[in-house]
Amino acid sequence: MEIFSINDVRKSFSTQTDVLCGMSLSVQKGEVVAIIGPSGSGKSTLLRCATLLETMDSGELVYEGIKAAWNGPDGNVVYAPEETLKKIKSKFGLVFQNFNLFPHYSVLKNVTDAPICVQKRQKEEVYEEALTLLKKMGLSDKADAYPFQLSGGQQQRVSIARALAMNPDILFFDEPTSALDPELTGEILHVIRDLAEEKMTMVIVTHEIEFARIVANRVVFMDAGVIIEEGNSDKIIRNPENERTKAFLRKLNL
Amino acid sequence: MSLGLMLNKLSEGMATSVLIFVLTLVFSLPLGLFVALMRMNRHKVLQNLMRIYISIMRGTPLMLQLLVVYFGPYYIFGIKLSPDYRFWAVIIAFVINYAAYFAEIYRGGIASVPSGQYEAAKVLGYSSSQTFLKIIFPQMVKRIIPPITNEVITLIKDTSLAFAVAVTEMFTVAKALASAEKTMTAYIFAGVFYYVFNLIVAFVMENIEKRLNYYRL
Ligand SMILES: Nc1ncnc2c1ncn2[C@@H]1O[C@H](COP(=O)(O)OP(=O)(O)OP(=O)(O)O)[C@@H](O)[C@H]1O
Ligand SMILES: [Mg+2]
Repeated sequence: MEIFSINDVRKSFSTQTDVLCGMSLSVQKGEVVAIIGPSGSGKSTLLRCATLLETMDSGELVYEGIKAAWNGPDGNVVYAPEETLKKIKSKFGLVFQNFNLFPHYSVLKNVTDAPICVQKRQKEEVYEEALTLLKKMGLSDKADAYPFQLSGGQQQRVSIARALAMNPDILFFDEPTSALDPELTGEILHVIRDLAEEKMTMVIVTHEIEFARIVANRVVFMDAGVIIEEGNSDKIIRNPENERTKAFLRKLNL
Repeated sequence: MSLGLMLNKLSEGMATSVLIFVLTLVFSLPLGLFVALMRMNRHKVLQNLMRIYISIMRGTPLMLQLLVVYFGPYYIFGIKLSPDYRFWAVIIAFVINYAAYFAEIYRGGIASVPSGQYEAAKVLGYSSSQTFLKIIFPQMVKRIIPPITNEVITLIKDTSLAFAVAVTEMFTVAKALASAEKTMTAYIFAGVFYYVFNLIVAFVMENIEKRLNYYRL
């Protein structure tokens, strides 16, 4: 079953040339897709369009068959009414590079507030689930801590728990380890690998090529706002066909 | 005049000063937030109106604003003023002046909350009012406590400007006593009053700041 698709998305920022030049991506249930590509190629912009943080100039955005956006008759994008978007927002989660935890909320409140205040779920049930999630993230003893008291790796695990507490059907990650000290990236990659084993549907923008190869089912190589090459992760990373992919991977290995 | 009588008279002035202080804060703190939100509104007209209002309030002396508020209704509209209006003119002038200063502080505080906070809230599905009230506002408060403290302390001293429209606040009373009794005593008491008032306010603000120390931005 297709969980997410974005079709022929175009996006430019006021002055510049197109950041996304009509690219498409579709993700099936249980699939883990890694997006790699040079800096400035539009990876974050793609995730931001997918998570409604940015509006596309044109294109189509669909979650589980429900259209969030499509091209109107004049070729410009039309977004679904607020109510539909609200429903769609509960289908995805986004983990940011720099966590964006709420500094004035404890760890537990960071994780439970949106399920209670936005999804209007039962407090007891949400707390129970949150504590289970924190346990899974190895943060049982940090429930009452505040974000500033945690290491970067711990903060990122809280932000993953916060996203998971909304019970999303798909989780997007934008370079979840890039803001971390090298010795802390491991713990995040470990958490993501566990999620992959549980068949969580994920789209991960990452510079950790070896991690992408192991965890992702599919790797997408992007450059200058288009997909240059995509396919089985082993194949793309070990045996790329496109020259640009080869050049990019070669540079990373230096 | 006995010291007791003098203190008695001064304490009336003191009560007026404290009342001006409290009422100004009670009205200008929320009004300032409202002004800040309009100043940050998308509508250009509203934005510019607020910009002009703030610039006038900050660019002219409070004393002048007070005189305009007090005498304006009479000179401009020919309205006869009741003696009670003195006090309310002070409150109105102070509130609109301080609201402008507070608005700029709020605006800075709101602008300094990183955009990632809005984005995280948006992705989690918070409505824009929830985002402001639950996520942005508390963080703004923490950031603006020091500049707000400065303004509040200035306000204590500014209450003596009510003297200009003959409201019998602390300073007015002290001056009358001093000239009647030909001694500095009343001034010394007045000085002590303002100083202690300041100490109390500083203490309260410091406590608020400490209470918000359970988290860091
Ligand atoms: N809000 C914005 N306003 C103007 N230009 C932007 C904005 N956001 C992104 N861009 C531009 O769009 C291009 C793609 O940016 P994007 O952040 O999507 O790249 P990226 O692939 O995520 O890069 P990185 O690996 O460095 O994170 C860049 O040239 C960037 O300068
Ligand atoms: Mg990026």
